[in-house]
Amino acid sequence: QGGGSAVIDMENMDDTSGSSFEDMGEMHQRMKEEEEEEAEGEAGAGEEEDGEFLGMKGLRGQLGRQVADQMWQVGKRQASRAFSLYANIDILRPYFDVEPVQVRARLLESMIPVKMINFPQKIAGELYGPLMLVFTLVAILLHGMKTSDTIIREGTLMGTAIGTCFGYWLGVSSFMYFLAYLCNAQITMVQMLSLLGYGLFGHCITLFVTYNIHFHSLFYIFWLVVGGLSTLRMVAVLVSRTVGHTQRLILCGTLAALHMLFLLYLHFAYHKVVEGILDTLEGPNMPPFQRVARDIPLVSNAVLNTTAKAIALTL
Amino acid sequence: FPGLADVSISQDIPVEGEITVPVGSHSPDEDYSTLDEPVKDTIMRDLKAVGKKFVHVMYPKKSSALLRDWDLWGPLVLCVSLALMLQGGSADSKDDGGPQFAEVFVIIWFGAVVITLNSKLLGGTISFFQSLCVLGYCVMPLTVAMLVCRLVLLAGAGTVSFIIRLIVVGAMFGWSTLASTAFLADSQPPNRKALVVYPIFLFYFVISWMILTFTPQ
Repeated sequence: QGGGSAVIDMENMDDTSGSSFEDMGEMHQRMKEEEEEEAEGEAGAGEEEDGEFLGMKGLRGQLGRQVADQMWQVGKRQASRAFSLYANIDILRPYFDVEPVQVRARLLESMIPVKMINFPQKIAGELYGPLMLVFTLVAILLHGMKTSDTIIREGTLMGTAIGTCFGYWLGVSSFMYFLAYLCNAQITMVQMLSLLGYGLFGHCITLFVTYNIHFHSLFYIFWLVVGGLSTLRMVAVLVSRTVGHTQRLILCGTLAALHMLFLLYLHFAYHKVVEGILDTLEGPNMPPFQRVARDIPLVSNAVLNTTAKAIALTL
Repeated sequence: FPGLADVSISQDIPVEGEITVPVGSHSPDEDYSTLDEPVKDTIMRDLKAVGKKFVHVMYPKKSSALLRDWDLWGPLVLCVSLALMLQGGSADSKDDGGPQFAEVFVIIWFGAVVITLNSKLLGGTISFFQSLCVLGYCVMPLTVAMLVCRLVLLAGAGTVSFIIRLIVVGAMFGWSTLASTAFLADSQPPNRKALVVYPIFLFYFVISWMILTFTPQ
């Protein structure tokens, strides 16, 4: 194999010892065709352009084959290089280089707001923890949906759960990264993904507890305390990396709103029944919580309205 | 290196000799012989390989036979049978018959792919298809649990049957996780085993949960 040179080695022109059956077969075929053509050519007009040894046709045949061969080799090499460059999962390998102790430490840290916001806080650009947390959230959501007999008409339970969680993680991270770019915050995309991913730890805990113990007030307490702690941590880290009051306000307000609202959405849309909420708010003689199969797309507006009403009433 | 100074080959003496390739490998002959053998032999050989792997899953010793010759027949059969048994187990069976099958299929294969990628990214030495093979074969205890659950549900659907089902599914879930951990965790650096075991735990937990909450219509 040459080093990719485009120079054709003319010494090998007359090497007719084919190295494979196909080559020998081709060679035989071409020689037969050339014999026939030469016979016809001699019988007909004698307008051969150049020489009469195994013919210019023979030479061009060899040349053509060699050129085609070279082009095939070069193309194959380029394709395999591009493939090994882009389809290589080793690109992601540095983001998974963690120890279990580190993951545990970061999980606990994600609930502890930092106090020092004048100094940029370090964010570990790691993707193992966030990815596992997203999958755990998917599993918890699935559990919640199954125990409340949620039926999804156009789609599957699993598809909805995966779509919601991954959509939140990737979509909100991208949106926050875009805002951070506008507000001149010093944070990279991987760090944003990591920060938001670890913030889902609070969501996992809250949902795990409240999908199993069905008290509304317990959910609100968890929402405020656990959700609030993880939000405060994310907000503090972002504030420490941004300069300027307006920018800080925009970034942190958006993040806090999206984070807390997501937890609210997950609890109400996938677990509790609309009729049960209305009864709790309005009548003293409320019937026990009824589990009724309902359609997700039709109910989402009703849930939003009810949630807004619930928040307005409790405030 | 003084000794190399007088090693030289003059330009006009052709270097010649013979190169013989030792015909130690009989692979061309083997190919021809497996082409010529009767179909029954081929099928029986493959079935025996699959059966041997099932036995390995039942008694998870640290052997490398499961890893060396991987095949995906067993996982396919297990996945399809599990998906068929889990089908039609929801309240409105005329809508959800289809998605239930596809759900289980997608969960198993997508989950297996994610776990494999994760273990490779964490520095594992096992190849993609070997890991898929192991994870697929270790679904077998859960398939057995599904069969048992269906039989128990035929008898009745009370609290006692729920407790029986819970115990059976829990035991099989533990067995699956232990079996696949025995094969997969060895290929990791020793202090990172927990990082690989957790996704496997989650994967089999989701499947066990689907089996446990199955109620026939």
